Amino acid sequence: MQVKEALDKYGRTADKLIGAMLAYQKSTPCNYLTEDDIKEFSRETGLPESRVYSIASFYSLLSTEARGKYIIQVCYDVPCYINDSVNIVNELEKILEIKMGQTTDDRLFTIEYSSCLGCCDKAPAMQIGATLYGNLTKDKISSILSTYRGGKDE
Amino acid sequence: MSNKEITKNMLTARFDVINPDSIDEYISHNGYTALKKAMSKTGEEIISEVKIAGLKGRGGAGFPTGLKMEAVSQADGSPKYIICNADEGEPGNFKDRYLMEKDPHQLIEGIIICAFAANINNGYIFIRGEYINAINIMEKALEQARVNGYLGDNILDSGFNFDMEVYSGAGSYVCGEEFALLVTIEGKQGRATYKPPFPTTVGLYNKPTQINNVETFCNIPHILNMGGKEFSKIGTDSSKGTKLVCLSGNIVNPGLYEVELGVSIRDIIEKLGKGVPNKRAIKMVQLGGASGPVIPENMLDIKLDSKEMSKLNLNYGSGAIIVMDDRIDVLDILKRIIEFFHHESCGKCTPCREGLTQMLILLDRFTDGIATNDDLAILEILMETMNQSSICGLGQAAPTATQKVLEYFREEFTNKINSTDSIVV
Ligand SMILES: Cc1cc2nc3c(=O)[nH]c(=O)nc-3n(C[C@H](O)[C@H](O)[C@H](O)COP(=O)(O)O)c2cc1C
Ligand code: SF4
Ligand code: FES
Repeated sequence: MQVKEALDKYGRTADKLIGAMLAYQKSTPCNYLTEDDIKEFSRETGLPESRVYSIASFYSLLSTEARGKYIIQVCYDVPCYINDSVNIVNELEKILEIKMGQTTDDRLFTIEYSSCLGCCDKAPAMQIGATLYGNLTKDKISSILSTYRGGKDE
Repeated sequence: MSNKEITKNMLTARFDVINPDSIDEYISHNGYTALKKAMSKTGEEIISEVKIAGLKGRGGAGFPTGLKMEAVSQADGSPKYIICNADEGEPGNFKDRYLMEKDPHQLIEGIIICAFAANINNGYIFIRGEYINAINIMEKALEQARVNGYLGDNILDSGFNFDMEVYSGAGSYVCGEEFALLVTIEGKQGRATYKPPFPTTVGLYNKPTQINNVETFCNIPHILNMGGKEFSKIGTDSSKGTKLVCLSGNIVNPGLYEVELGVSIRDIIEKLGKGVPNKRAIKMVQLGGASGPVIPENMLDIKLDSKEMSKLNLNYGSGAIIVMDDRIDVLDILKRIIEFFHHESCGKCTPCREGLTQMLILLDRFTDGIATNDDLAILEILMETMNQSSICGLGQAAPTATQKVLEYFREEFTNKINSTDSIVV
């Protein structure tokens, strides 16, 4: 998707900007907005570059740094924490050989902390794309990751 | 009391009974009957039913919904807007996600009725960006409602026009705060603003705006269907209706439960949640979510009743109940809570932005074993300052859990004080 295409779909007014940025970002291979993207959003909408950047940097689902194809959002909050989410983070870091916040060399996965995912009844939880994974155990992690390695659609 | 007497199926009655993707199934289960009833009444009559029902907002603050509807309907200015707050980001809460995913038309019907009552033509459902499934389900349901004549021009031949759209958030807890939510829709950074004026008079694009929580709107069709008076018989004198409770933490059966207001926290934990795994003792329970108070085990008999709870300076907020057993480290939990607020603070005002940073530094001093009596005194003054002078509810409520720990579990802090040296002169 091009920036123009996203704006054609969502509209060029300020109230449509966040939706267009989210949709465009999702279509990019590295899940982020480059400096050129920000400039183009600004040109196309007539909003100042600073305004566009201020939005890209404020919201945690928008990123100005290159990330992986799949963003693994792991819940950081208390209901998950008391259900041993720390072990889940350790397991992800071990299998993917990266630290929290980093991206694998093959650019397939990024692990990020997320605020509560609204899945506390199945804590500990994480989300990849639209899919919520709950009641996580170490064993489940490796099988979940392998489905994405096999090219699963989000 | 058996389970049957504690739980009450009203808002959740159609959960897993109907297919949420099918408007026909909603209609065949009594759906959109309340809207037809509403359209035979005047706006004032509808608002009066909601007032008689005694419904209070389910988003945490508990403001009377009828009064809010009345304020918007009487406010000068047009166009007016109606917004459903589905930003659900308070850790421990998942009720609004279930309400949208399992019975989307119940919510849509509630919003249309309120829009009709105050003669509002435009609305938004503001859903947090992480809730991708809920966003898809709501968008589909809105389209079906349009095709079936419940949204759009001349709804059900009443001459009333109303439509709404889903607005996806982009990952920010503070956007659940009303003004932060409004400026996000306007395409700006989601930062809060001083109140008053309230959104009911100066809201979206400075126009009168009704903002309510998902669960609040979902109650509206039931009020219309059974009448305000019948509705007001459910619950207690000060808390009417049912409440969705999100039970999580160290609990055998975590999950979403709908209870009649007035049941005790202990009944919810023991009878519905089946207690703590391995029969461990409960250390503390947090109510409402990260911004809510914590209570010790010996206070669990308290009831979900705003009057009874406010006597103890407590509230049930949006209905989360997070159970923590005796293995937890209380200060460790407080640090997680403060880290959450520190991450989510919009940074606009000093007491919240700097206060949260300082709280983390002070909490570290206690866990590192280098805290003094003065650290405790400073922490308490700092939290009071945040309560009193932060611009929005985030900074005002962030210290709540820590303050309650100091009220009920003070030894958790004093045990860790290493020296009585004074650094403050
Ligand atoms: C930081 C902060 C976050 C909030 N998040 C939410 C939220 O996610 N959902 C919600 O309904 N209300 C939230 N609220 C409360 C709303 O500001 C507002 O009171 C509520 O939507 C009003 O609806 P009600 O009267 O139906 O409860 C939040 C408040 C604050 C201060
Ligand atoms: S209290 Fe915190 S979140 Fe609210 S306006 Fe101030 S800095 Fe922003
Ligand atoms: S605390 Fe992890 S999903 Fe809610």
